[in-house]
Amino acid sequence: MTLASVVIVGAGQAGFQVAASLRQEGYDGRITLIGDEPGLPYQRPPLSKAYLLGKIQATNLLFRPADFYTTQRIELLHDQASAIDRLNRRVILASGAAVSYDHLVLATGAHNRPLPVPGAELPQVFGIKTKADADALAPLAKAARNVVVIGAGFIGLEFAAVAAALGANVHVLELGERPMARAVSREMSELFRQAHEAWGVHFDFRQGLSRIDGDNGKVCAVQTGDGRALPADLVVFGIGVIPNAQLATEAGLDIENGIKVDASLLTSDPQISALGDVASFPCLQNDEQHTRLESVQNAIDQARAVAARLMGKPAPYSALPWFWTDQGDLKLQIAGLSNGYDSTVVLGSVEDKQVSVLCFRHDRLVAVESCNRMGDHMAARKILARAPKLTAVEAAADGFDLKAWEAANRD
Amino acid sequence: MPTLTFIEHNGTTHQVKGDIGQSVMQAATFASVPGIPADCGGACSCATCHTYVDEAWLSKVQAPEGMENDMLEYAFERRDNSRLSCQLIISQEMDGMVLHLPSSQF
Repeated sequence: MTLASVVIVGAGQAGFQVAASLRQEGYDGRITLIGDEPGLPYQRPPLSKAYLLGKIQATNLLFRPADFYTTQRIELLHDQASAIDRLNRRVILASGAAVSYDHLVLATGAHNRPLPVPGAELPQVFGIKTKADADALAPLAKAARNVVVIGAGFIGLEFAAVAAALGANVHVLELGERPMARAVSREMSELFRQAHEAWGVHFDFRQGLSRIDGDNGKVCAVQTGDGRALPADLVVFGIGVIPNAQLATEAGLDIENGIKVDASLLTSDPQISALGDVASFPCLQNDEQHTRLESVQNAIDQARAVAARLMGKPAPYSALPWFWTDQGDLKLQIAGLSNGYDSTVVLGSVEDKQVSVLCFRHDRLVAVESCNRMGDHMAARKILARAPKLTAVEAAADGFDLKAWEAANRD
Repeated sequence: MPTLTFIEHNGTTHQVKGDIGQSVMQAATFASVPGIPADCGGACSCATCHTYVDEAWLSKVQAPEGMENDMLEYAFERRDNSRLSCQLIISQEMDGMVLHLPSSQF
């Protein structure tokens, strides 16, 4: 199977990595990478943290410098794909041009779920998705006195930590009852709540907002769901994302909370793959239910799997999911998926903010959340990648050490 | 601009110019040195930018600290001169430094 041309729609982490991995695998055909943002492909994770604090310069966000695309013969098009002509295997671009493909890769990512309240259109209200968002937000974050964050997920809390470090009063509104409730255990939520409060962040749980008030076109207050006015000169929201599946939907591909793909990341059209934030794949670690994961690891590992398949080395996608978030002096690393966990074992010291939470489901280890315990995280990745035999009783024993267990149980 | 030399496990040598203040990992990936996937992009979260600092240059770098040290425990074939290159920040005195790449990052 020789493909003369691979077209990749989306130049984020997943799309970029497909292009880079294809060349690494020795693909010699044409690669077209279509991105709708200006500039060169870049990494997004620092946008809500280190980049805002000026710890990372813009050039260091880039995956590769400009000459990489020339030497690797990756044609980078700054355009938007407006339609897929599956019959003639062409992608129609917003500029009117069309690009032919032998194989098409959809890595269109996701966009921020918009804040559905009056006042959300004010210029001091931000979601953080693109470098342009972060560039516009950074000076306001430095000057802000009263910041209201909507949503206590990863992005919201990363920004809350940044804003607190920059000296603002920070108030977080969260509809759920604890921080990062969809992503981490109760125990880890509690550690992060306490840490943020120690940095001066104020939380309002089970609380939404009804509107954002402006004065002469500038944000001045956030009205909470229960009728209080919180002073605000900056509002940042992170209330989830919506997969960019419109192109695929209009092309008639199967959709199920994103673009539905099979275990090899092929869509319902065998000439089209999808991966990354937009793809809903049968996830080994989630009982093979179709799952969409929004993470760097997922984007990179799926990209490698797609590139390998296109080079004649197909294998069902099975990589262990892992995630990280940096908030203040806390690094949270998660290995595995804790969905439906029914018991936990906590290792380490909450006081020292060095804790690992082992999450079990039916007495099988399914995820390990580590805060400032990188050794545990790395051990957990090794353990979870094999079928773990570790039981909750064993882990709860006095003096249990995850790294030592990993070392003693290598097959 | 300091120049760094990366030597792949198979002996292939790459001379790379880096900017002061940039990480060694970034200088390597920007120059497409193979064998440094650097999956997490420099957040000290993945241990896939593992390098061996040439013995002659060890005095020019600090020993790995807390979190890097923890991550390195799980790097493939760690040695005394192992460093995560995302945590090595290029300075003028590193001009000429030689780094060796492990046979695998996973």
